[in-house]
Amino acid sequence: MSASLVELHDVNFAYDSRPILKGINMSFQKGKLIAIMGLSGCGKTTILRHIGGVLKPTKGYVKVDGQVIHELDPQGLYAMRRKMGMLFQFGALFTDMTVFDNVAFQMREHTDLPEEIIRDLVMMKLHAVGLYGTQELMPGELSGGMARRVALARTIALDPMLIMYDEPFAGLDPISLTVVGELIRRLNDALGATSIVVTHDVQESLKIVDYVYFVSNGAIIAEGSADDIRASGEAFVKQFVHGEMDGPIPFHYPGNDFNTDLGVHA
Amino acid sequence: MNIVGGLRGIGKRVVNAVWRTGYGARFFVMTLRYSGMSFRRFRLTVREIFFSGVLSLIIILVAGMFVGMVLGLQGYETLKRYGSESALGSLVALSLVRELGPVLAALLFASRAGSAMTAEIGLMKATEQIDAMELMAVNPIARVVAPRFWAGVISMPLLAALFSAMGVFGGYVVGVVNIGVDEGSFWSQMQASVDFQHDILNGVIKSLVFGLAVTAIALFEGYDAPPTAEGVSGATTRTVVESSLAILMLDFILTAFMFQGA
Amino acid sequence: MERTTLDLWVGVFVVAGIAALVVLALKVGNLSTYNVSESYQLQAHFTNVGGLKPTASVRSAGVLVGRVVSIVLDTSNYDAKVTMSIDKRYQFPKDTFANILTSGLLGEQYIGLIPGGDDKMLQSGDEFKKTQSAVVLEDLIGKFLYNSSDAKK
Ligand SMILES: Nc1ncnc2c1ncn2[C@@H]1O[C@H](COP(=O)(O)OP(=O)(O)O)[C@@H](O)[C@H]1O
Ligand SMILES: [Mg+2]
Repeated sequence: MSASLVELHDVNFAYDSRPILKGINMSFQKGKLIAIMGLSGCGKTTILRHIGGVLKPTKGYVKVDGQVIHELDPQGLYAMRRKMGMLFQFGALFTDMTVFDNVAFQMREHTDLPEEIIRDLVMMKLHAVGLYGTQELMPGELSGGMARRVALARTIALDPMLIMYDEPFAGLDPISLTVVGELIRRLNDALGATSIVVTHDVQESLKIVDYVYFVSNGAIIAEGSADDIRASGEAFVKQFVHGEMDGPIPFHYPGNDFNTDLGVHA
Repeated sequence: MNIVGGLRGIGKRVVNAVWRTGYGARFFVMTLRYSGMSFRRFRLTVREIFFSGVLSLIIILVAGMFVGMVLGLQGYETLKRYGSESALGSLVALSLVRELGPVLAALLFASRAGSAMTAEIGLMKATEQIDAMELMAVNPIARVVAPRFWAGVISMPLLAALFSAMGVFGGYVVGVVNIGVDEGSFWSQMQASVDFQHDILNGVIKSLVFGLAVTAIALFEGYDAPPTAEGVSGATTRTVVESSLAILMLDFILTAFMFQGA
Repeated sequence: MERTTLDLWVGVFVVAGIAALVVLALKVGNLSTYNVSESYQLQAHFTNVGGLKPTASVRSAGVLVGRVVSIVLDTSNYDAKVTMSIDKRYQFPKDTFANILTSGLLGEQYIGLIPGGDDKMLQSGDEFKKTQSAVVLEDLIGKFLYNSSDAKK
């Protein structure tokens, strides 16, 4: 078994007193592209926030590169975060800066590189996502797919060892979707990084990932390689992968019985 | 049942208010603690001075002019009854320098720049820009909050001074040019009654305190806003309401200390 | 917005703001008469200072020549001892009159100096020998009422 870069051990977490994560165990091997799938609100973003050290587990621990994240002091945490990149759900581009300044942001904050070198690096990153030439635009002037790619360029600005993607496919047209999917795979291999993709776009992600975790209600209910998942006989996975309307996940919200409330007696 | 419910509601509100005050104080201390960058990289602060100070200029200058003109008219009407029209200059200048300049400029600043700051930071939070910054190992309080804070603290006294100067000019236009109060006595009475230390410096201190309060409230409300459209709009409203009340309350306290018995 | 334009505007704003402060200090306030020239101190005793306050002006022929520095009760003969600081450029004869006057009916009170004809000038620390106290409105009204009721008898 090769070394794992990220390891979650029995991670529990609750907002106020509402449990969100219930005993999550995950292990992300170096160089791999791993997907975390599940319904909206099942706690996927919460898992990424734990890896980034924004949230602290109420029980268990998260280890990145051999260090327990929530035991790091602020400097240690910031040093660790410089080695990570995170692509947020809607890009989270800084709306008051140009595309260029967005991509250059971390280089300017964390390095003393002269402006000419930063310029070259930014152009390289923009070229890598196919958006060379957009550097003077403001984020508001970009289409959804372009914004996502600029955010991707910003995420990889400092060549991170771990890249996290929070729903990179949400709200993209089919062409942009394939482009972004391809980019994620290519960047992972080119940078020699480890990538975690949170998504509910099963078909697109199964094409590119090495390993999949299925999360439901704050717990892992299935895991395996892409082929394992496609072939899985588990009812939940089948419903999810094939997008069936009824299955273990009911169409109806668990409320009172509709007929009873209407006063219709069977 | 109803009474218990009501009491519980009051209790919850009180606990909430106390908790928020503590949280706000902590936020303020953090802002001061991480202020180094605002001065080491002063460009960041200069940029924010543009957005809070320069963009408030027009409203401050126009409002100052009109307030001064109203003071000229009303002051003249009142002073005429006692035959002391010559004191018009000192009335206009004292009211502006001691009270109206700092207070009205701060109220305008709160609704013009303060609300914009809240909305901007609230939106940055709602669109995960603050989280993104945090995950890029950049402290958002040092990078986003502190430069705005210092920009507000620097802009406010300058805006208040411009307001007062514009007001004096407005009073001069109405009193001397329009009504025909003697120009010589207008200025000499003003100079005789407005003391540099006692009136002007105290006015500047007032506006500094107001600037500090308004920006601190605006930034905290933005940072604390729930990351939704209603959350941000509610926070913007709260900024204007809370900072207006803070300005008037602080003004009373400062006035009591500064001008007592003199 | 272009960086340089932004810088320019901020520069203009800061300069305008400081200029406004300077105008307030010099044109509206009294900084121009504050310690610009050297001054010397003179004293005067009044039986009643009325509403005179520290920082009140001292004028001669209507021209501002100094300010009241302090007002204390002199317990040797229970009258008010007023110290004023006078601009060095102005010298006054020994027999100058110091009166407490009021500008307008309800205006501020100030000290008016009416120079005499003496050859010797007052030096720092000297005292005005001839003074006239403030006119206290209540006393005046009281006298008036008293006189008019006397007259009716
Ligand atoms: N700041 C918060 N406070 C309270 N509850 C939250 C907060 N953020 C998320 N949640 C709740 O946690 C659950 C998991 O959220 P999240 O991890 O964002 O889900 P997703 O899988 O869609 O990314 C959701 O039910 C959400 O309502
Ligand atoms: Mg999510």
